[in-house]
Amino acid sequence: MPNNRDSLGITMALTMLAIAFPAAADPVPSNWESVLEEAEGQTVYWNAWAGEERINAYIEWTARQVDERYGIELVHVKLGDTSEAVSRVLAEKQAGNDDAGSVDMIWINGENFAAMKANDLLFGPWADSLPNYPLTDPDNTPAVRYDWTIPVDGLESPWSSSQVVFYYDTALIEEHPNNMNELLAWVEQNPSEFTYPQVPNFLGNAFITQALLELVDDTSIFYEPMQADDFDEATAPLWMFLDELHPHLWRSGRAFPSNSADLRSLMGDSEISIALSFSTTEASGAIANFELPDTVRSYVHDSGMIGNMSFMAIPYNAEHKAAAMVVANYLLSPEAQAEKQDPEVWGSNTVLAMETLSSEQRALFDDIDLGIATLPPSELGEVLGQPHPSWVDAIAEKWQERYVNH
Amino acid sequence: MTATYPLRIDNVTITLNQALLLQVDDTIAPGEVLTVMGPSGSGKSTLLAYIAGFLAPAFSARGGVWLGERNLLTLPAEARGIGLLFQDPLLFPHLSVGGNLRFGLPRHTPHKSQQVAQALAQVGLADFEHRDPATLSGGQKARVALMRLLLSKPQAVLLDEPFSKLDTALRQEMRTLVFSQLRDAGLPTLLVTHDHADARAAGGTVIELG
Amino acid sequence: MLLRLAPWVLTGVLVLPLGAGLAMVMLPAFGYLPALGGETFHLGAWRALWERPGLSRSVLLSFSTGLTTTFISLVCVVLFLAAVRGSWLDRALHRMVSPLLAIPHAAVAFGLAFLIAPSGLLVRWASPGLTGWERPPDLLIVQDPWGLSLMAGLILKEVPFLLLMSLAVLPQLAPEQRVNMARSLGYHPTIGWLKSVFPVLYPLIRLPIYAVIAYATSVVDMAIILGPTLPPTLSVSILQWFNDPNLDRRFMASAGALLQLGVTLAALATWWLGEQIVKRLGQHWLVNGSRRRGAFAVAFSGRFLLGLTTLTALAAMVGLAIFSLAGFWRFPDALPVTMTFNHWQRVLPSATTPLVNTLVVGVTATLIAAVLVIACLENEARHQLTPKRAMWLLYLPLLVPQVAFLFGLVVAAESLGIRPQRSLVVAGHLLFVVPYLYLSLSEAYRRLDPRWAQLAHSLGASRWHTFWRIRLPLLLAPLLTACAVSLAVSIGQYLPTLLLGGGRVATITTEAVAMASGGNRRLIGVLALLQALLPFIGFALALLLPRLIWAKRAAMRGAA
Repeated sequence: MPNNRDSLGITMALTMLAIAFPAAADPVPSNWESVLEEAEGQTVYWNAWAGEERINAYIEWTARQVDERYGIELVHVKLGDTSEAVSRVLAEKQAGNDDAGSVDMIWINGENFAAMKANDLLFGPWADSLPNYPLTDPDNTPAVRYDWTIPVDGLESPWSSSQVVFYYDTALIEEHPNNMNELLAWVEQNPSEFTYPQVPNFLGNAFITQALLELVDDTSIFYEPMQADDFDEATAPLWMFLDELHPHLWRSGRAFPSNSADLRSLMGDSEISIALSFSTTEASGAIANFELPDTVRSYVHDSGMIGNMSFMAIPYNAEHKAAAMVVANYLLSPEAQAEKQDPEVWGSNTVLAMETLSSEQRALFDDIDLGIATLPPSELGEVLGQPHPSWVDAIAEKWQERYVNH
Repeated sequence: MTATYPLRIDNVTITLNQALLLQVDDTIAPGEVLTVMGPSGSGKSTLLAYIAGFLAPAFSARGGVWLGERNLLTLPAEARGIGLLFQDPLLFPHLSVGGNLRFGLPRHTPHKSQQVAQALAQVGLADFEHRDPATLSGGQKARVALMRLLLSKPQAVLLDEPFSKLDTALRQEMRTLVFSQLRDAGLPTLLVTHDHADARAAGGTVIELG
Repeated sequence: MLLRLAPWVLTGVLVLPLGAGLAMVMLPAFGYLPALGGETFHLGAWRALWERPGLSRSVLLSFSTGLTTTFISLVCVVLFLAAVRGSWLDRALHRMVSPLLAIPHAAVAFGLAFLIAPSGLLVRWASPGLTGWERPPDLLIVQDPWGLSLMAGLILKEVPFLLLMSLAVLPQLAPEQRVNMARSLGYHPTIGWLKSVFPVLYPLIRLPIYAVIAYATSVVDMAIILGPTLPPTLSVSILQWFNDPNLDRRFMASAGALLQLGVTLAALATWWLGEQIVKRLGQHWLVNGSRRRGAFAVAFSGRFLLGLTTLTALAAMVGLAIFSLAGFWRFPDALPVTMTFNHWQRVLPSATTPLVNTLVVGVTATLIAAVLVIACLENEARHQLTPKRAMWLLYLPLLVPQVAFLFGLVVAAESLGIRPQRSLVVAGHLLFVVPYLYLSLSEAYRRLDPRWAQLAHSLGASRWHTFWRIRLPLLLAPLLTACAVSLAVSIGQYLPTLLLGGGRVATITTEAVAMASGGNRRLIGVLALLQALLPFIGFALALLLPRLIWAKRAAMRGAA
């Protein structure tokens, strides 16, 4: 490969050249007036997963609002996978483009956030300076300050709150299980009528994490970074459970759906009778989309379900940071959050704390009709926090080792 | 008719991988035919390629080719004024009969349509101008190819076994037609063939190869 | 003079991106990627790769899928071509080629999955009447561990491609004359075709066959939908590692990408070996004098296999089309209870910009590629050169997994200070369009009888006059076909468009792939049909234009 060395040399030379130029001054989040001023006329490239037409429509709605209010052009860069945006930022960093990055804002959480944070790919802190940030009542809401136990440190601004729920077809089964052991018993009675997405898909990870948290008495260890010595003992109940469960799964556990969409299709095709989702309004939305029969309902396990928040982050080299902050702030406004929570629009739960809102603002939320298959917030039960990413990564690895054919 | 010059083949040798294929040294006067005879593989078509300007890089050749005072070897193929007739009539399949003839006419020829019509009438193909070449018989195609060659006003002509694919009756007729036309035009002609009857009909000097 | 530079320009245009792309595959594979803290060279990524559960199975799957599908597809095409005698059925099957080619791979996969799944179209049509099934049976059909459904999906796409490539070069071989000659010697036409046409056809479609092998060993989108999952094929595993939130896994992913290159090369080498063996063994069969044996079986199976592929692909598309209009569709209803235009209405208003972008990028890339490739081939033809060895470099973008390769491209563009924009996307597409244009056009170009040009020169036509008036018109049909293939290739690009365009150039494919990640079959149906629209127009034009232009030229019509 005679060309490699040459082009590498060029790449390196240019990288150094690029470093030699000083970075343009970043906006100062605490001076909101100057941020607003700088933001006007900027274009924000918002990189967000685009697999759901309703979410895309909501983003379009947001674009119209911020254009009207702040003179910002918001462009939805439609992704099939969030890592595609991470790749772009990583490549720009590798090439030494430290101040004119093409990704202005990313919809992100959990492991992707942890990785970007650990590799210094994020701008901030900025999120806790947003005027609307106090509406989330951060002091009393750890979920806003910790993303999968990783301190947010003002590097991302909360957007949406979600929780795992199960859904089942009432036309096919009468009583749903209420915990993992009942689920196991039910699956033994009704072989091939349940499955979950293949690990390491995030919903698949969520299912085995949920099982782990339910099956172990003391879960505190999972909220600290993992020590390799603890792994086998701490996770043993999970493997016993999965070993028993798998032979009774759909296709006898010899194949798994690849993601939550696949899982939903299986439900729509009557191949399975119980499924799960990371969105409490998924079932209602899918019924409205003709993907699920209107006999589907949601439920949660007695001991609570895993939940988390998703956020807006700004890459360290984003070209339009000021406008991205203004958009993130608008996304946190009661108006935008209420619109988002309306199942007719999207049906994604707000991250705002109702106590912090004025009565008119609260009224925006009270008037929302949640849809037939959605549990009201009072019935969603306790939210279990996401364990530390090192644990999730390790059990996902172990899952591959045990259940992938060698 | 334009003024014609003799075609001088000045001690041309052609080699392939250092092996000598052929050696020719001769001058063809206007209106005369030089026939080069030999079995296939003797390199006689290579000689034509060299003179016309299409020699494949595998061969190497030496010697001069002159048309009157002009050194042809320094000119690109299209400027040499050398007309070719192959075994196949090779009428361009995407052009009409008339289109094929027009393709042969130099760019600024006056009265093109008239010339084309005349040429067709001359070989008994009046009214064929708009026909698709694919609908013509073998003899008709051969005659169109000949007229296309003549309309292009060449200064010398190379014939590469032009009659070998015609049936016997037609072959005699075409020989007469081709040689009489070339003689009338006063063109020096180089014919390569393996058929003695061709050589006899041509009536000029004969070089035997191989 | 300018033309002499063509091969250098062509390689030049491709070498920098190629080098950058490859460097960014190789360096991380050996531990070097400063952006992620990899500052030294080591073999850690390879060790991690070897320890992956199911790696050997993944490798074997990719390798065998590539070879098996190519072989079966080739057999289908060859038997069909041997069997055709111009009946209405044959003509109908010919005409199906372009619509089938136009359908994007992922759409075929979705359609096929829905057709053959236990809850799919076929079972629905047969249930409960014939089967008695009220619920779908628990059978592992789609995503089976042997990769059979993946192979079926690949065959559905490869057969039309190979058929088109064969049809584009066949007229030069005058197959009818050859078959008639064989018949006059007492051969059955089918056997006559196999013995007199196929041996000369094969060298002409060899490059497309190699491209098919490379594609099938490394395919991602179809393998995600139809392929096995425990473990998936190597290419899918690599994509998962690259997409893994844990960025450290990118080192292993890069090593995996090199392994993938090795698997593809091994598959190609195996095929080449097979070619040599068949050549040896085939010599005897060609001249053993057998004139009729097997003729019926060949004639029957040729039509049957091609008919089956065509019907399956059509049924898959019908399934998608029904879905694009479906309300809720409960198993085992044969059709949805309610139909709605809702899905189309939701997609269409925002589809105009992506369609225009797709068209502009596709046409620009195809035109540039066509000019470069033709300049190269014309230079070869004028100076009677043999193709340059360096030309194999052109095929590298087809052999290396895109996700790994593109990372280097983005780094290179950014290093040069080239911001994401439409022209950069076009440049990126060129890397994938040029090889396809080259492999679909070069044989036709090289095999064009040199006497046409010699004759034109001898009639006084200049080189350019000859090129415009003779060579280009004579090659119109294969040129248009090659352009249609290139256009379809450009339209199908997802990652290059997204990464090089920095998300600023939305095409119908970026929309479709993003939407497909949400798994809504109804919207996938709508977008797949929209995505097929432009390439379909391209292929239809490539077939129709020569027929219209050469309506009065019998010898040219066969070439379409």
